[in-house]
Amino acid sequence: MQAGQPGERRSEVARDGARPLMSVRGLGIRFKTSQGIWQATRKIDFDIAPGERVGIVGESGCGKTITGLSILRLLPGNFAGLDGKIIFDGTDLASCGARQMRSIRGKRIAMIFQEPMSALDPVFTVGHQIAETLRVHTSISYEEARAKTLEMLRRVGIASPERRIDDYPHQLSGGMRQRVMIAAALICGPQLLIADEPTTALDVTVQAQILELLRDISETSQTALMLITHDLGVVAETCTRMITMYAGEVIEDASVDEALVRPLHPYTSGLLRSLPHLSPRHGRLPSIPGRVPSIAEMPNGCRFRARCAHATKGCEAEQALQDAGGGRKVRCWRFAELNLPGALHPPETSVAARVAAQ
Amino acid sequence: MTAASAEPSREPIVSVRDLQVRFQTSDRRATVKAVDGVNFDVRRGETFGIIGESGSGKTTIGRALVFLLKPSAGAILHDGTDPLALSRKQFQSHRRDYQIIFQDPNAALNPRMTILASVLEPLELAGIGTKAERERQAREALERVGLPQEFGERYPHQLSGGQKQRVVIARALTLRPKLIVCDEVVAALDMSIRGDVLNLFADLQRDLGLTYVFITHDLAVVSHISERVAVMYLGQFVELGPTEAVSERPLHPYTQALLSAEPRPLPSSMRLEERIVLQGEVPSPIDPPTGCRFRTRCPHAQPLCAEQAPEWRELKPDHWVACHFADPNFSPDQEPPEETP
Ligand SMILES: Nc1ncnc2c1ncn2[C@@H]1O[C@H](COP(=O)(O)OP(=O)(O)OP(=O)(O)O)[C@@H](O)[C@H]1O
Ligand SMILES: Nc1ncnc2c1ncn2[C@@H]1O[C@H](COP(=O)(O)OP(=O)(O)OP(=O)(O)O)[C@@H](O)[C@H]1O
Ligand code: SF4
Ligand code: SF4
Ligand SMILES: [Mg+2]
Ligand SMILES: [Mg+2]
Repeated sequence: MQAGQPGERRSEVARDGARPLMSVRGLGIRFKTSQGIWQATRKIDFDIAPGERVGIVGESGCGKTITGLSILRLLPGNFAGLDGKIIFDGTDLASCGARQMRSIRGKRIAMIFQEPMSALDPVFTVGHQIAETLRVHTSISYEEARAKTLEMLRRVGIASPERRIDDYPHQLSGGMRQRVMIAAALICGPQLLIADEPTTALDVTVQAQILELLRDISETSQTALMLITHDLGVVAETCTRMITMYAGEVIEDASVDEALVRPLHPYTSGLLRSLPHLSPRHGRLPSIPGRVPSIAEMPNGCRFRARCAHATKGCEAEQALQDAGGGRKVRCWRFAELNLPGALHPPETSVAARVAAQ
Repeated sequence: MTAASAEPSREPIVSVRDLQVRFQTSDRRATVKAVDGVNFDVRRGETFGIIGESGSGKTTIGRALVFLLKPSAGAILHDGTDPLALSRKQFQSHRRDYQIIFQDPNAALNPRMTILASVLEPLELAGIGTKAERERQAREALERVGLPQEFGERYPHQLSGGQKQRVVIARALTLRPKLIVCDEVVAALDMSIRGDVLNLFADLQRDLGLTYVFITHDLAVVSHISERVAVMYLGQFVELGPTEAVSERPLHPYTQALLSAEPRPLPSSMRLEERIVLQGEVPSPIDPPTGCRFRTRCPHAQPLCAEQAPEWRELKPDHWVACHFADPNFSPDQEPPEETP
């Protein structure tokens, strides 16, 4: 496949193409806490196709990070159980042996985090850390590993990598550290890269560079990307598909364009409406009343019920992620009868709209 | 009061002239020019936005505005008066009119104090009124920010992030300030409650005639809330003007890049085709580039830019910029494709 124009959407190709690279079904995670067992996420279903870029969005605490971590089985000590299946290229990661998991983690599925400093070891040079990942997973000489590391550092946009390869993490800027993290994640040529808030700690102009790099790498090397973020703008710029989570569940799954223009879930719609827009409007921002229920007091049926303007008695019934047609999924009893607004503000006030209109 | 010729309502509530703030690095071997020659006025009743990337000096300006730190050079006038020329006692009471609120409500609230006690604290420190009067004012302030009575008896950990930020706002309001510097006040809040808190700021401004200096790195927030906005880069303002002009017809190459880098939650058909992706990162404020500070990353830099610092000039009415080559007729629609690999 050729690299496309930046920003071009390939969701249709990806979704209707080959069988999924990864298929998550009924995934749930439980934790032991002082107040008993907490069900942090439940019944999570989604697919990722080879080379597809999927954004996972939702508010703080909705379960994005632990979903990413559970795919790699990097679970915290107090974790009490994992339900469901994570079929990755034929292997169930939820039940496979520890040895098999180690051979996949870092090699075929890699993960990068928000704060690269916490993932890089301060006492080793960045070159050493990247080359080690390669040497753990392949039988390759030191010289070869170093040569590949240099090439990868160049690939992620580090200028004069031969001068940087022997630097320690603290000698690099935040943006360079994140590039080093990406280089380390990509060195074994993974089929899936899980990126958890990779640009949240960076400035917008550097963020734009990193997002472009992720998009470019996914397009040229067919690496699927699972991008975890709370920033809907980041998803719109980078991904082809958007999965929205709320209170530990997936509530909507659609192509980015569809989700932004015609969201099917009242929560997705509410979020999009509440975003301040780049154009000055000075009006009141629509907002979603109330707050996310805590794990300890989760209601039955629709978890968004207490905040939803469209709630009816029927919404108390247990529900599942429903097929909404056209490859879309939604967890709402009333999606077919609601006609919800999306992200578009009055188009005449926005630069983007003016440019697009030409 | 100075400037008898000016209409009273147009007299700036804050005037900043040639402001410089320097810090010693921790090893004391170098000087950080955190703010290096900034000029602006804040008009009564407006919301004045300041945007810029991490380390550009926004918080430092905010802290200097409320005299939490002393300028290294230059002047800051409040209502035409230099607070540093006041007696210590006058200065203490004067300061109450100028408050600052920070990003993290957790850092601002004592976890062992009830909400009511936290809101009462500034009134007690200022020794205002009787105990009963103070309590009434504190409860009023909590009601003002939309927190029901019973919240007064709760502790911070029993509140959500948005509720805690409301408490911090209530605390600043008890002293009935004229101006509040809001430093990244919605950055730590979840998306679905940000709108609520921004609405609250707008309501308070309308009802109490407050002036805000709104500091943020979020362009969407700043364009939503501010009448005017200043763009900071490496300790200096590079552009200042009405929000609409700055966000839709930016004059400075850095503002143009910042706007084009901002990820927009828009479908692909409505997004900008060409974006300006800046190379590299912000240089250190210890040793900023000569001439124009943006020249190391500017797609339009010329030899002149290294030799001479651009003048801060009013290129269009009320619209200031510091760039040798800024073009008053620039419109983003005509931006030539630049630097898009
Ligand atoms: N070790 C743990 N023990 C108990 N509960 C946990 C643990 N780790 C996470 N949780 C809970 O699981 C839920 C999901 O957490 P997670 O970190 O996945 O959220 P997130 O969506 O990534 O949020 P954020 O945007 O803030 O990063 C939260 O309610 C969190 O409190
Ligand atoms: N007390 C201090 N001592 C030394 N240097 C300081 C001090 N306070 C700030 N600085 C430096 O001054 C510069 C400006 O910092 P400031 O906090 O004002 O930036 P900012 O624009 O608010 O950034 P951010 O968006 O990250 O909050 C930075 O280089 C910072 O490291
Ligand atoms: S199921 Fe009912 S309460 Fe839940 S989102 Fe749909 S309409 Fe609202
Ligand atoms: S003065 Fe020169 S380097 Fe600075 S912003 Fe203008 S064109 Fe760019
Ligand atoms: Mg997380
Ligand atoms: Mg700051």
